[in-house]
Amino acid sequence: MNKSRRSFLKVAGFSAFALTSGMAALSGVAQAQIAPGKYERAANALHAKRWAMVIDTRQFTGPEDYKPLIDACHSFHNVPQIPGNQDIKWFWLDSYAHVFPDDMNAHLNKHSRESMYPLLCNQCTNPPCVRVCPTQATYKMEDGIVAMDYHRCIGCRFCMAGCPYGARSFNFKDPRKFLSNPVPNPEYPTRMIGVVEKCTFCAERLAVGKLPACVEAANGKILFGDLEDPNSTVRQALAANYSIRRKPSLGTQPGVYYLI
Amino acid sequence: MLEKLLDGPKTFYMWLIFLLVLIAGCGLVYLDQLQNGLSVTGLSRDVSWGLYISQFTYFVGVAASAVMLVLPTYFHHYKKFKRMIIFGEFMAVAAVVMCALFIVVDLGQPQRMLNVMLHPSPNSVMFYDMMVLIGYLGLNIIIGWVTLEAERHEIDPPKWIKPLIYISILWAFSIHTVTAFLYAGIPGRHYWLTAIMAARFLSSAFCSGPAILLLLMMVLRRLTGFEPGKEAVKTLTTIIVYAMCINVFFYLLEIFTAFYSGIPGHEEPIHFLFFGHEGHLPWVSYWMWGAVIMAFASLALLIPPKLRENPCLLPIALIMLVLASWIDKGLGLLVAGFTPNMFEAFTPYMPSAKEIAVALGVYGVGALVLSLLWRIALGVKMEVNHMHDD
Repeated sequence: MNKSRRSFLKVAGFSAFALTSGMAALSGVAQAQIAPGKYERAANALHAKRWAMVIDTRQFTGPEDYKPLIDACHSFHNVPQIPGNQDIKWFWLDSYAHVFPDDMNAHLNKHSRESMYPLLCNQCTNPPCVRVCPTQATYKMEDGIVAMDYHRCIGCRFCMAGCPYGARSFNFKDPRKFLSNPVPNPEYPTRMIGVVEKCTFCAERLAVGKLPACVEAANGKILFGDLEDPNSTVRQALAANYSIRRKPSLGTQPGVYYLI
Repeated sequence: MLEKLLDGPKTFYMWLIFLLVLIAGCGLVYLDQLQNGLSVTGLSRDVSWGLYISQFTYFVGVAASAVMLVLPTYFHHYKKFKRMIIFGEFMAVAAVVMCALFIVVDLGQPQRMLNVMLHPSPNSVMFYDMMVLIGYLGLNIIIGWVTLEAERHEIDPPKWIKPLIYISILWAFSIHTVTAFLYAGIPGRHYWLTAIMAARFLSSAFCSGPAILLLLMMVLRRLTGFEPGKEAVKTLTTIIVYAMCINVFFYLLEIFTAFYSGIPGHEEPIHFLFFGHEGHLPWVSYWMWGAVIMAFASLALLIPPKLRENPCLLPIALIMLVLASWIDKGLGLLVAGFTPNMFEAFTPYMPSAKEIAVALGVYGVGALVLSLLWRIALGVKMEVNHMHDD
């Protein structure tokens, strides 16, 4: 009895020592690796004080003109095609009445009224989705981009109720089941079931010096730049043209402008 | 006091077994939802909240309504409620448990639920809602248990419980106010963007909650002979009548603002609820009209004292009142909040069978908690012979 207890204590003591010292050593190594601890922008990263997008809808003749943009976005981000109304949308089209429901001018010119308009996350200056998110899974970056941490999202869908633009999608179903194998872009992570997702202005492309996928595919018909820089292309376009934004009266200050 | 659970009649245990079977059955449906996600519900991209969140909202009100007994008893020393109050507090506990479960079953990633506390986000109303609900649950468990223990020993409750009781009164208002802010604080949802949302929530809670309590007390009287007290029932009914009048009045205020202003965004959700869209009546319209009829019929039976003191008419009036308030808050609020949607288009929502089954399971858990707690309370009442008016 006595002996076994002593030997037990010995073993236990040794193991405890080994474990703690091992852990300490491990955490020491880990600390040494992480210690420099600062994220630095890549040298070629694009940056702005406030990213904004100007879509020159006058240069698009019909829905088929937008198709390459939608394909570029959805294949870059592995956005699945899910039939029904539990689908995922990052970049999509809708009619004038749905996109600009505040504008009730029944006598608008035929072309404007009958055109289809591209929709995406508005990247608001005052984003309601960030305000209501209970876990900070949706947050605003310093360059104005409203980003998402899919790993922190609990799937409460408060952001979907809060977003006045319907820009958020929820993974009701496992999105991976609706993607090809291999996925369209193996470098971009796919999402899991039960989380919300949306357009992020391609923050991860900006970080490596590339323009957003839709902007690149638009061949100059969509401008992208720094709203705070008076010399940027977006500011020049806004100064030279009449532009509208979606639901401006709500005070969210969308970062997506439409030239009509 | 837990031993009081052991000496119940056979029918009590049959009831518990029935509830456990129900919960287990509905639990299997929930497992299916965990596997296949919320795709098993009738929710969609445009209607992202449904039956679960609306039931959560309704039961926060039921929980808060315990204050309609606590406030007169402790603020105005209205002694007649003393014998019934423990049942109200334990009903609040069961209601908060149901609220918590309705939130859990609504989450896409329930295993990450604690993120709300691990990464607190003070700008989100949901964070405060979680906090106030947990606080209210704790307060009611402590207050209920301690006062019941004191009743059992036929002594006064300890002095330290008084401050907790006063806090619980304010707290009850806060839980339903904060829940209303979940809705009232977001742009672009016309039906919810109204300053009297919290007031509407409180008025509807203070009529429906006590009405449910009173109905359950009637069942209890039938089953066990426990007499809540004629005067107490009379007073509580009066409270229910006033609250229901205010509730209906507040709803009419919303209708006036929407239709007299003529602002389409404000008109359309209400129009959709009652008259549908393009000649098509949605299923919810039938329910809404039913609610209107039952609301006014219940008032017609409750306002004249002669009628509301009639022991046969009172339960009928209360049942109609509960159904009317449940349809308004437990169905209409969510449906009209999301229709028309952000694009002023119409995406219909109807809860799926699986969604209803999961909700039933949560109801089952609530009934189980309520049965166990009320059994304990009743056991104590029997022991100290507090079953009837002295």
